[in-house]
Amino acid sequence: MALGGLAVGLLGFTGWMGGAWTLDVPWLVPLSGLSLRMDPLGGFFLLLVGAATVPSSIYAIGYARGARRGLGAYALFVLAMALVPLAANVPTFLVAWELMALASYALVLTDDRDPAAVRAAWIYAVMTHAGLACLLSGMLLMTAWTGSLTFADWPAAATTLSAPARNLVFVLLALGFASKAGVIPLHVWLPAAHPAAPSHVSALMSGVMIKLGVMGILRVGLEWLGVGAPWWGVALLLAGTLSALGGVLYAAVEGDLKRLLAFSSIDNIGIILIAVGAGLVFHSTGLETLAIFALAAALYHTLNHAAFKALLFLGAGAVVHGAGTRDLEAMGGLIKRMPWTSAAFLVGALAIAALPPLNGFVSEWLTFQALLQNGRIPRPELNLVFVLALAGLALTGGLAVACFVRAFGIAFLALPRTEAAAGAQEASPTMRAAMALLVVACATLALTPTLLLPRLGATAARLLGDAAPSSREDLLTIAVSGDFATLSMPVIAVALGLGLVLPLVALRVGRAPSRIRHYETWGCGRLLQTSRMEYTATAFASPFRRVFDFFYRPERRVEIEAHAESRFFVRRMVYRNPTRALVEEWLYAPLLGAVRAGTDRVRAIQSGSANLYLIYVLAALLVLLVLA
Amino acid sequence: MFRQLAVALRVGIATEPASSFATPSAPALEDVGPRLSAAIRRIFGRSLQIRQVDAGSCNGCELEIGGLAGPHYDVERFGIRFVASPRHADCLLVTGPVTLNMAEALRRTWEATPDPKIVIAAGDCGRDGGIFQGSYAVVGGVAAVVPVDAVIPGCPPSPAALLAGLLGALGRQS
Amino acid sequence: MREVGATAAVVGALAQALLVALASPLLVGLVRTLKARLTGRRGPDPWQPYLDLLKQLQKEAVISTTTSWLFRLTPFVLVATMLVAATVVPVLVTRPALSFAGGIVLVMYLFMLGTFFLALAGLDSGSAFGGMGSSREVAVAALAEPTVMLAVFALALRTGTTNLGTVAERLGGEPTLAAHPGHLLAFLAFFIVMLAETGRLPVDNPATHLELTMIHEAMILEYSGPYLAMIEWASAMKLFLYMTLLINLFVPWWIPTEVAGAGMLLGALALAGKLVILAGALAVLETAVAKLRLFRVPELLAGSFALALLSVASVVLLR
Repeated sequence: MALGGLAVGLLGFTGWMGGAWTLDVPWLVPLSGLSLRMDPLGGFFLLLVGAATVPSSIYAIGYARGARRGLGAYALFVLAMALVPLAANVPTFLVAWELMALASYALVLTDDRDPAAVRAAWIYAVMTHAGLACLLSGMLLMTAWTGSLTFADWPAAATTLSAPARNLVFVLLALGFASKAGVIPLHVWLPAAHPAAPSHVSALMSGVMIKLGVMGILRVGLEWLGVGAPWWGVALLLAGTLSALGGVLYAAVEGDLKRLLAFSSIDNIGIILIAVGAGLVFHSTGLETLAIFALAAALYHTLNHAAFKALLFLGAGAVVHGAGTRDLEAMGGLIKRMPWTSAAFLVGALAIAALPPLNGFVSEWLTFQALLQNGRIPRPELNLVFVLALAGLALTGGLAVACFVRAFGIAFLALPRTEAAAGAQEASPTMRAAMALLVVACATLALTPTLLLPRLGATAARLLGDAAPSSREDLLTIAVSGDFATLSMPVIAVALGLGLVLPLVALRVGRAPSRIRHYETWGCGRLLQTSRMEYTATAFASPFRRVFDFFYRPERRVEIEAHAESRFFVRRMVYRNPTRALVEEWLYAPLLGAVRAGTDRVRAIQSGSANLYLIYVLAALLVLLVLA
Repeated sequence: MFRQLAVALRVGIATEPASSFATPSAPALEDVGPRLSAAIRRIFGRSLQIRQVDAGSCNGCELEIGGLAGPHYDVERFGIRFVASPRHADCLLVTGPVTLNMAEALRRTWEATPDPKIVIAAGDCGRDGGIFQGSYAVVGGVAAVVPVDAVIPGCPPSPAALLAGLLGALGRQS
Repeated sequence: MREVGATAAVVGALAQALLVALASPLLVGLVRTLKARLTGRRGPDPWQPYLDLLKQLQKEAVISTTTSWLFRLTPFVLVATMLVAATVVPVLVTRPALSFAGGIVLVMYLFMLGTFFLALAGLDSGSAFGGMGSSREVAVAALAEPTVMLAVFALALRTGTTNLGTVAERLGGEPTLAAHPGHLLAFLAFFIVMLAETGRLPVDNPATHLELTMIHEAMILEYSGPYLAMIEWASAMKLFLYMTLLINLFVPWWIPTEVAGAGMLLGALALAGKLVILAGALAVLETAVAKLRLFRVPELLAGSFALALLSVASVVLLR
């Protein structure tokens, strides 16, 4: 599997670098046959698929040892994901898309004895098919109006369509792709499905599959429908900001480690969409260079997120494997028992919190700069949207730091909170190798923005139909718009390294500290120092619950069970303070309720009598004859 | 806010010069141990951080120690500061006769303090149990639990005596 | 301005980092002395922090058995981030040697890197104090850092650059750029956040002994000896850098634009004078205001965030 992933990755790399080709197999797929086409954007996402599959597969060797049933679904999943970026016509795309969904559904259902997993798979199936419905309708409408099933024919034909028609197609397709990407409010399947699937599958789902939703949005917004209206970009900007903030806020109070990572994926998809939205707005107002820059930032973050999210999921999988639980409150002290996993997870946490000198910082910096360029647009309403996105992005940056301090700190540091955590074993060598591979990837992506950015810009330019921007031959520094902003990652990395080493040397030379003595933690002289004294994950998140209580709307439920003799002698107290999932409560519950009420009404026509059904058939036939 | 500032500017500095404190007839410092050597005095002479430990005291000494931080006595001008954690401290200022319940806590506090460190027992209770000497609930003086470098006698010692004692321990004449 | 050669850049960066490193304890001491004088005490000498730091370096380190290698790494990370940030912030000259390496976003994220590790170190000790300090610190930082970035973005949008040195240079060269309501709003937001981030009243009392009222201090209760010295020193540098940023971005006059003799002297005197005035203002504020209840702090920070947001919006709309 790993070798297959490597092959796919290399193929994608060549495509990204500029090689283009087409492949037509007319008989393989109904309606107009299998048609594959490689262009830079497709190549980029193919590279992503391949590059993410390699560590996941290596990891799976150690993780799913002996479980053969998942292998077929996994292979199908990767194959389908590889076909989606290459698909050149509607049938190929939809078949690959649906294959991807089915394969991942089977993978989510790997542990089919767990009712939570079954429910998660059900929600996933429903949401992905709802998205498919939107995609189908959008693509079929487009086919009907442009007369062609091939994507390459759409941009030219789209210019003949009226604006409302293009808007409708955009909305349908964007909704379909957004539900796959996990944009709030279509995200409800993500936090359920990702924890249920095995970790290497979650890594692929978070790292690659949801990015294919982004790819779809890129193609819809920029290629298939020609130049769009500015409100398309504005809608994406706002949806991105909402997802980013909502995702990180839910992640900050989440107690299940893998659910936390899933919400964090929603956050990062939001960041990518902010950059994509900015690109769309720039494109629609004619500022092509800025559009290329914003899109390059989006693609960079896509790449980075795949790297560090996969790393985090693999690390989480190792932790769950070792400690036997996904619950943060039951972990602790793993840094001493699983040192390599902890180090890898720390790198992942630093990267996702966008801290220098790692890769998350570079792409977030680029996104900030792209947003700051909005001054070139002479329309105040668009400027205001950019300002909101800036504020939202800045806020998510700070909250992501808090979220991952909590995730890493509670899970890995201090004393183990349960027996299981105390007995945790380090991950197997293959698992560690996979994580090490991703750590190297993060470091490389961090230090080579000057090499990557021109290529990403060229990819974005091809997407927009423009010429690639000229690249500057400065290996150290990225420069934006002359002297608007500069960033030099290698210099920062070297400076930080020096800053770490110089005080160390100074202390050694001064022979300080004179001695290091080990003693217990200061507990005010308390005699009992156990893991119960540690801070819990819930306690750590309580400032956020309070500050953002308008968002979480937590409920307080206290049940007091007293002795029969007197209510002052308490036998048991149960305190529950769950946060409420607003989207589920305000959007989906009423929607599902309405659907159920509607179907209950309609059920009246199901009488069970065959005669009545025959009358129905007759009536329908008459109606059709009249209409025809 | 402005009224407070006006008062502050009008009143000015209320600190008494240390030499004005009348030296009490009894010596300010007793039982100076061997560890309070010149080396320690050299390190702590200009900067001393104190962690005050209440080992079962009646709080009379604490009230007097509290007066040290105010404008009148102002111990901070000598570079002496009170800190919250024993890991930040150089000196443990222990009051109280060391009750049985606080003996282990005092010992752990002493262990948590990094070397070089000094222990100053304040008050007659700290010296030998004071008026609680011989009680069933008391270990009997700080020296019974941790090594003591100096004792400031008094029941309670006035802030002036405390200040003189501290400065004497550091080898600084006020 | 890439005429500066590589070696000159390195020397300049080292010199600036050294300057910030050496001067920051004096600033902390000055604020402490002024606070004491305002409450009627003679107080410590302004150079007392140097003596404290030197003494801590001679002590042994007591490390908790619960902690891991992260605990011992954290002081070094803090010092490293402060030193690197010191080379990017305009201190004596408008464009320090490494200003090309990054702008305000880099500086803020470097501070967040330090906060990240310090919060982890607080959790590492396994004590309730440390966890509490970490939880509060990241909650404050999560709300405060975005505000700083937005406030400086307002300036960046006015002057057309996010490189701090260039912002200072352009604002200094054209005072009319600064005459804008967004400027004032950004200044207020920045000042409030400076109090939060450097652990000053009314957000956090640096001299408190009550653990339940601590934010920054609670995380460092386990540190001793040279590690404690490094952490205190890093906090001093953070205060120095924040105050210098506030001064050089919002009051950017008499900053020399190049490293020349007479100009440097004037610039150094100007910076010292402005720092003393700001230290005085800080001392007055800390003496006059009581510490906010912990769960009122987010209201204060949300208010400053709104101010920063308004400043960016006003800069963008009122062109």
